[in-house]
Amino acid sequence: MSISPPVDITALLAGRKQAVAYALNLLEDRRPEVASQVQRLAAWLSQNARPGRHVIGITGPPGVGKSSMISRLVEYFRKHQKTIGIISIDPSSPKSGGALLGDRIRIRHRPDDDGVFIRSLAAGGHLGGLSANIGHLLLLLEAVYDITILETVGVGQSETDIAHAVDTVISVIHPGSGDMLQFMKSGIMEIPHILVINKADCGEAAARSFYDLKNAMIYMATDKDDWQPIVILTSASQNKGFDTLATALDQHLSWLTAHDIAKRRRWQLWQSLLAFFKAEYGRFGSRLLGGERQILKILEQSDASTPDEGMRCLYDQVTAAMRRKMNMVEDKHIGDS
Amino acid sequence: MTETRLKEKDKPWLMRTYSGYASAAESNQLYRSNLAKGQTGLSIAFDLPTQTGYDSDHPFSYGEVGKLGVPMRNLEDMECLFDQIPMAQMNTSMTINAPAAWLFALYLTAASRQNANIADLRGTLQNDILKEYLSRGTYIFPPAISMRLSAEVISYAVRNVPKWNPINICSYHLQESGATPVQELAFSLANAIAVLDEVKKLGQVTDAQFPSVVGRISFFLNAGIRFVEEMCKVRAFDTLWDRICLERYHVQDPKLRRFRYGIQVNSLGLSDRQPENNVARIIYEMLGVVLTGRARARSVQLPAWNEALGLPRKWDQQWSLRLQQILAFETDLLEYPDLFEGSPVIAQKEKELTEAATAELQKILEMGGAVAAIENGYMKRRLVESNAIRLGNIENGQQTVVGVNKFCDGELSPLVEGMERAFLTVDDAVEAEQISTLQAFRQKRDAAKVEEALDALKQGVRDGRNIVEVSMACAEAGVTTGEWTDALRAMFGEYRAPTGVDGLSLPMETKTENYKVIEKVKKLNARLGRNLKILIGKPGLDGHSNGAEQIAVKARDVGMEVVYEGIRLTPEQIAETALQEGVHVIGLSILSGSHTRLVPEVSRCLAQRGLSDLPIVLGGIIPEADVRQMNIPAVKKVYAPKDYQLNQIMWEIVDIVAAAHHIDMADGD
Ligand code: B12
Ligand SMILES: Nc1nc2c(ncn2[C@@H]2O[C@H](COP(=O)(O)OP(=O)(O)OP(=O)(O)O)[C@@H](O)[C@H]2O)c(=O)[nH]1
Ligand SMILES: [Mg+2]
Repeated sequence: MSISPPVDITALLAGRKQAVAYALNLLEDRRPEVASQVQRLAAWLSQNARPGRHVIGITGPPGVGKSSMISRLVEYFRKHQKTIGIISIDPSSPKSGGALLGDRIRIRHRPDDDGVFIRSLAAGGHLGGLSANIGHLLLLLEAVYDITILETVGVGQSETDIAHAVDTVISVIHPGSGDMLQFMKSGIMEIPHILVINKADCGEAAARSFYDLKNAMIYMATDKDDWQPIVILTSASQNKGFDTLATALDQHLSWLTAHDIAKRRRWQLWQSLLAFFKAEYGRFGSRLLGGERQILKILEQSDASTPDEGMRCLYDQVTAAMRRKMNMVEDKHIGDS
Repeated sequence: MTETRLKEKDKPWLMRTYSGYASAAESNQLYRSNLAKGQTGLSIAFDLPTQTGYDSDHPFSYGEVGKLGVPMRNLEDMECLFDQIPMAQMNTSMTINAPAAWLFALYLTAASRQNANIADLRGTLQNDILKEYLSRGTYIFPPAISMRLSAEVISYAVRNVPKWNPINICSYHLQESGATPVQELAFSLANAIAVLDEVKKLGQVTDAQFPSVVGRISFFLNAGIRFVEEMCKVRAFDTLWDRICLERYHVQDPKLRRFRYGIQVNSLGLSDRQPENNVARIIYEMLGVVLTGRARARSVQLPAWNEALGLPRKWDQQWSLRLQQILAFETDLLEYPDLFEGSPVIAQKEKELTEAATAELQKILEMGGAVAAIENGYMKRRLVESNAIRLGNIENGQQTVVGVNKFCDGELSPLVEGMERAFLTVDDAVEAEQISTLQAFRQKRDAAKVEEALDALKQGVRDGRNIVEVSMACAEAGVTTGEWTDALRAMFGEYRAPTGVDGLSLPMETKTENYKVIEKVKKLNARLGRNLKILIGKPGLDGHSNGAEQIAVKARDVGMEVVYEGIRLTPEQIAETALQEGVHVIGLSILSGSHTRLVPEVSRCLAQRGLSDLPIVLGGIIPEADVRQMNIPAVKKVYAPKDYQLNQIMWEIVDIVAAAHHIDMADGD
């Protein structure tokens, strides 16, 4: 099947920032009149994903240095001739829905460099900080850049969210054991693939947290086959630890490749479709299809590998279920009269 | 019985004029004519490129060379500035901060070449870096290293130029960024503590010399329109400083604990509506710092009536000088001792301020001190918040500003009526001239010597030698301001200060106007398909961030998505951000007078990116005549200080975006 995308694909794939910006604007657009264009572009993107791509999520409490770390990673990757697309998400004000998008101030890059692109997003009303169309935006960056980075302010819930959206999750924590305990207690310990303690320059606390965490890891030993989370100490202000971090990222990507990355990505796709479905059809829709687990099962059975396929499959199921329900109602009416 | 009348009339305070523009040669002319008229000291204003360590031909200097001060690139400029002015007899104040060590080295070298004895030189370096991050904006390096440089300048001066004031701790700028009296007290005292602690830690002065370091600390304060409270504030400063010197630094000699301060009265509250009213404001503000004999200012600088219009002309400055002279020489003020000693009302207010400031100071110290409270954004956020509250109160009428939000109807003022420009403008041609003299200078100097001196500078810094000492050889060798700063930039890196706008949560306004705007934004969002996104940009070296911050916070509070990256961006960076972020509108805030150069440049960079239709709104000090002259179709609206109703501004921005997308806001629901 050939799809004609509603954007200049040559310019897009060449990394022309004007084309990238235009495509992102389109994918963010919620107007019904552009929905079919959005669908077409998304479908095209999911069929044209770049083979060697790496999608990295960076999450952690406010002010821990996520954007500053991204800045160092950008410096590193550009030196190694890799291109980077970045999405930074900031919380929206619950009062007005407005947002101050302040991450890019910390991410240094040359305005004339076509190899770096940063788009800031407001979280909107979404719990966990990922807006519904984030999947589409990531698909786009993945198609254009070697490396895609997603920054979210994360405490608890959003770590799970981000895990559905990226290949590698980096959790950044403040030095100092207070945060650490919190971290281990909250049970999100299993999710991040790489744990970073940033601000290593801020005294001894950093080194201490580093060893505590490393030790904790030993006790948390999992299956040999599982990925063993890596603990890293960095200082974004002094540019320390980023070679190690980059190596760890490579290691994880290799590990994923050796462990059926395609399957993982499909699973992630279903998770994001589930989120999207819930946003569109609400609790009523979920119940119609028999709850979240059942929805995932439906997707698994369909083995959908593009958002389009997945959505179509769910849509068909919903219509069928609706029809059944309507029939039941009609039957009831007949019986009543 | 206490003395009720002084036997001898008090000496009047020092009256200064802060000046400098175009070139060293032209400023030299100006200073010489002022000195000939009997002025005793000089107060030098440097242009923004000099203050931020860029040479005149650096891309960042575009539009700023010689505009708001004198360009000072090398020893030749410094010698020219003091041509036929005997530096040995001068008292020179230099408003210079991040590159203070360099300008000091240039000054000392030029003075030695005039055969002056360095140890006898008198003057002041502002050299207060922390308030640059919070308000003034001419910082370069990260806070920790900047503190070290500042402490080295102080150490050098105490050892070698003992009559020099090596630092002026400024609370002036904090009030200009919205600080309340309590914040002014607490933040600047925390700053002074950070400076003294740093000098101590650096260890370039002996323990025995330390009390004289404390004795050399002077302050530069602000005085606002609520002059009774302001008077109590300076008394509280006096009390608290004495306490800190004694309790924290154990300075026994009361003379070394004296609170010495100069003042510039509040300019933030001066308006461009009925600007003649500013004269009354300036006088009442001055009262706060001269009425009380116990804590009277040692020097006073007054802004001019046309402050909010543009740079003052000579006559405007003269009028302000006369306001001081009349108070000092015609009235009987200086014949009496302190008028308020024993007043229970004043004592109570002073006590309230002292207590509140002590508590806030304690909070900052517990946070890790002033440097920590800058890096984590605490102080900056508090300032933006106070300023937002101040503006909100003017908008909703709780705070009266005569001629602005009350008693607005009036006669036309002959001071401005029919005049295109009732202020000073510096010719754009100055820039090209300065660039060519600089390039000629670079040609004729010995390049090998320059390299050698810069290497020695870096090595000296690595070896922990005093920065002023190692900079003197650079001055002699013909190093330029940009080169000196670049050498240190390469070693220390650059810094972007927290903007103070994020993480700020203001109490929601209850006024219906606010809700109406929120509703309007929501309606437009639905029509646009994505949320209204605005980029607020500050192109060039202009550090006036208040307006941009307040617009950013307000835009967020009415539901817009706001991209704001702080000060000091190139036009290209701004255009690039607009593209990458997919914004619907750009707001540029420019108060430094460089708009005629920078706005067309931003517009050109936007066009290069296919964004020539993106609507632009401007704000700041931008004269009508210039808007007409620039004639850029994308510029839809220009806001001035008089447009104090932020809800109205937001309302209009929504309309501008709607129009750009051919959306009729009257349509639909
Ligand atoms: C406060 C102030 C300062 C503070 C700035 C603090 C800060 N972080 O902002 C301090 C004390 C640090 C300062 C320093 C200097 N200042 Co000053 N300063 C002022 C002053 C008094 C008020 C500006 C202000 O903040 N107003 C309050 C804000 C809220 O108003 P506003 O910015 O005008 O914004 C309103 C509108 O313009 C509009 N708006 C503004 N931006 C935007 C953006 C958008 C998108 C929109 C929609 C609307 C909008 O909406 C706002 C709401 O009403 C003005 C004079 C005056 N009264 O205007 C001089 C003034 C701007 N400063 C001046 C000068 C020369 C300096 C210095 C360069 C002096 C020197 N040589 O060292 C320094 C250096 C500063 C630097 N790094 O660039 C000159 C500029 C001259 C010129 N343009 O030709 C002025 C005009 C004073 C004068 N007459 O000489 N200054
Ligand atoms: N000392 C030190 N400070 C750092 C380091 N990394 C970041 N910072 C500082 O920490 C502050 C926050 O940094 P950001 O990079 O904006 O942190 P963030 O996690 O992206 O913050 P949010 O996006 O607001 O959640 C800034 O003032 C940085 O300069 C570090 O390694 N050491
Ligand atoms: Mg961030």
